[in-house]
Amino acid sequence: MRVGIIGIGMTAFRPSTPEYSWKELMFEAASRAYADADVDPRTQVDSFITCAEDYYEGFGIFDEFTPDQLGGALRRVCTVTGDGLQGLANAFMQIQTGLIEVAVVEAHSKASDLITLEGIVEHALDPIWNKPLGAHPFVVAGLEADAFLRGTKTSPKALAAVVAKNRRNGLRNPLAAYGADVDPEHVLRSEERFAPLRALDIANPADGCVVLVLASEAAAKRLHANPVWVRGIGWATDSPGLETRDWVQATYAELAARMAYRLAKVRRPTSEIHFAEVDDRFSYKELQHLEAIGLAKRGEAGRKASKGEHDLAGPLPVNASGGSLGCGNVFEATGLHRAAEVALQLRGDAGTHQLDGVRVGVAQSWRFVPSSTGAVAVLGVGR
Amino acid sequence: MKTVGVIGAGMTLFRRRLQETGKEMCFEATKMALDSAGLTRADVDMVVNGTAPDAFDGVHMKGEYLADGCGGYRKPYTRVFTGGGTGVFSTIAGWWHVASGLADVVLVVNEEKMSSCQPHPQSVFAHIWDPILDRPLKPNLVWIFAMEMNRYMHVHGVKKEDIARVAVKNKRNAVGHPCAQLADPNITVDDVLASEVMAWPVQRLDISPPSDGASAVVLASEDFIRRRKIKDRAWISGVGWCIDSTMWTDRDLYFPEYVARAAKQAYKMAKISDPRRQIDFAEPYDPFDYKELHHLEGLLLARKGEAPILTREGVTERDGDLPVCPSGGLMGVGNPIAATMGQKIGELFWQLTNQAGKRQIPQEVHTGVAQAWGDLMQYGSVVVMSS
Repeated sequence: MRVGIIGIGMTAFRPSTPEYSWKELMFEAASRAYADADVDPRTQVDSFITCAEDYYEGFGIFDEFTPDQLGGALRRVCTVTGDGLQGLANAFMQIQTGLIEVAVVEAHSKASDLITLEGIVEHALDPIWNKPLGAHPFVVAGLEADAFLRGTKTSPKALAAVVAKNRRNGLRNPLAAYGADVDPEHVLRSEERFAPLRALDIANPADGCVVLVLASEAAAKRLHANPVWVRGIGWATDSPGLETRDWVQATYAELAARMAYRLAKVRRPTSEIHFAEVDDRFSYKELQHLEAIGLAKRGEAGRKASKGEHDLAGPLPVNASGGSLGCGNVFEATGLHRAAEVALQLRGDAGTHQLDGVRVGVAQSWRFVPSSTGAVAVLGVGR
Repeated sequence: MKTVGVIGAGMTLFRRRLQETGKEMCFEATKMALDSAGLTRADVDMVVNGTAPDAFDGVHMKGEYLADGCGGYRKPYTRVFTGGGTGVFSTIAGWWHVASGLADVVLVVNEEKMSSCQPHPQSVFAHIWDPILDRPLKPNLVWIFAMEMNRYMHVHGVKKEDIARVAVKNKRNAVGHPCAQLADPNITVDDVLASEVMAWPVQRLDISPPSDGASAVVLASEDFIRRRKIKDRAWISGVGWCIDSTMWTDRDLYFPEYVARAAKQAYKMAKISDPRRQIDFAEPYDPFDYKELHHLEGLLLARKGEAPILTREGVTERDGDLPVCPSGGLMGVGNPIAATMGQKIGELFWQLTNQAGKRQIPQEVHTGVAQAWGDLMQYGSVVVMSS
């Protein structure tokens, strides 16, 4: 049974949204998605999934606060404590069972409410082995960036090329919070933070919400929708322990891609996939993820980025939306935002950053520091 | 829709404070469940984790932290969270992993380590309220459950004695449960009525106190079960889940409509039209004694206001016509929130496969229902299983 995305709703991503509560952000994105899909959530949606973590939200049990603004009261609603793409995977499975025909997936960020982001992320470190070391949690990303650059013989200049590309792409995306005309020299001159990462290598937090409406093929037909098909989806977790995981390669992304490609029957990703939206919350992650999901050979992603092959007009546009460096880090909404951007491109609705003639795209996510979890979705249009 | 069966279950001791870390508790429960199914981690396609507030363990992204203990290393692994409803909900998530055809074998592992939260896990519940409307009133859970219990007693004219009978039954049922924290063969209704008042009408022995523990079940597709000739299995024949509005102050608390809707979904799927006649035993969620009664009515196993009468008449005893919480439930075995999957889904599996030992219901049972309840008195998750 095919499963398609029939509605997309997003708020703009902004560094802060003082006039909105997180409930209002959710309401706005949900209203847009329901209007896009032309569905009434109270009668035509069978299941709602929210992707959220208690600590980011500042609640003991965030699941309590999800139903009303989505239209889900007295209906099937649940929280997947994961990235939005993991929520999409669960909606995909619910529809595949045949029990659910139309499902909604929501993820958001109200990062501007967080006074102590560093402290929250620090609480994700192993409380016995790692947290007592007292380091800033982004040190994990710095160490991994160093391992990646050494292990793949990639130049730090390639990271600067990624940042410049994504910040400039952000200028073309009206939803992006951090679009800017940045050139690689700016990046290399920015303050050193978690060596080898510099200030501009790190995506800044943003507020925003993304809602997708999914439907079975039969329901999509009944609703007169023009779906973007979820051809394949995969997700995986590597070791949560810092001591026992792979630092050079993103094994979680490799495993997730293998599963997604198997379901989508993609054999040669480099020729069958036309563009990609991958997690770039630290600049090296874009390159590491491209290699993990088979869109570049090991050690090649940096060279391709430096040659402009991932630009809007290149052979494999990557993060045409601006990615997280351009749009902002929207935490658990990051993966769902990428799926939404891929779907918009495939529908031809991406506006000033629209790519030409794309029919298959991939969205990839990661659950941020210090996790080793990620997901991959292959989306396509037509038969 | 693929048919899904439960083929193994395991649970750790439930104690006020266990020495093991959360990961280690998950490992123990996972190992027991896999051993009981005769499988190894290599047979497992995907893993689902269920655990309630991160603030209990004091770990952000608690699901990520527990992943290797749950057997999730380098596998598709997801955590789901519906407050206390997670106790049964994670099995529903495991069900859709298999029923969708994406996985043949799924491990579901639930964990809660409440003792890390000092001085008392109740302090986490200070942060579950609407920050503008509720939190300034400084409510706590015992307080609002006292309101719900009061409303239930008032509407139906229920006596405290009849509610106390549930605590007595469950604490006695738990005698013989190898994991039980609160079993007591000699407890009487008078003991419950004489215990310290927490927030009237809730007294100390009306509540299941905080606990540490983990539990796990193994789910598999019908194809896998037949191919591997697995004998001890119980089929998941119906699932339902439902959330009510966040605004608990806008509802009449005497009846859990969200449980009734979840139950109706599950019964429809399981082709049950007359639950009282077609269901042989029940494991409703009983963190407070009155909740068992409230949930029996929500599950449509008793008419509104009838559950205390059934309890008084002995219908819900283990050898009664409708055994309720034969495991000893949360009141008898303990309440490490999500890990109570062991008394709910686990007990259904053990009863339906005749592995419940001293707790085995004397008459033959073919169909059971498990239910959990969570969030702000607003979540119902229901699973029906059949032999």
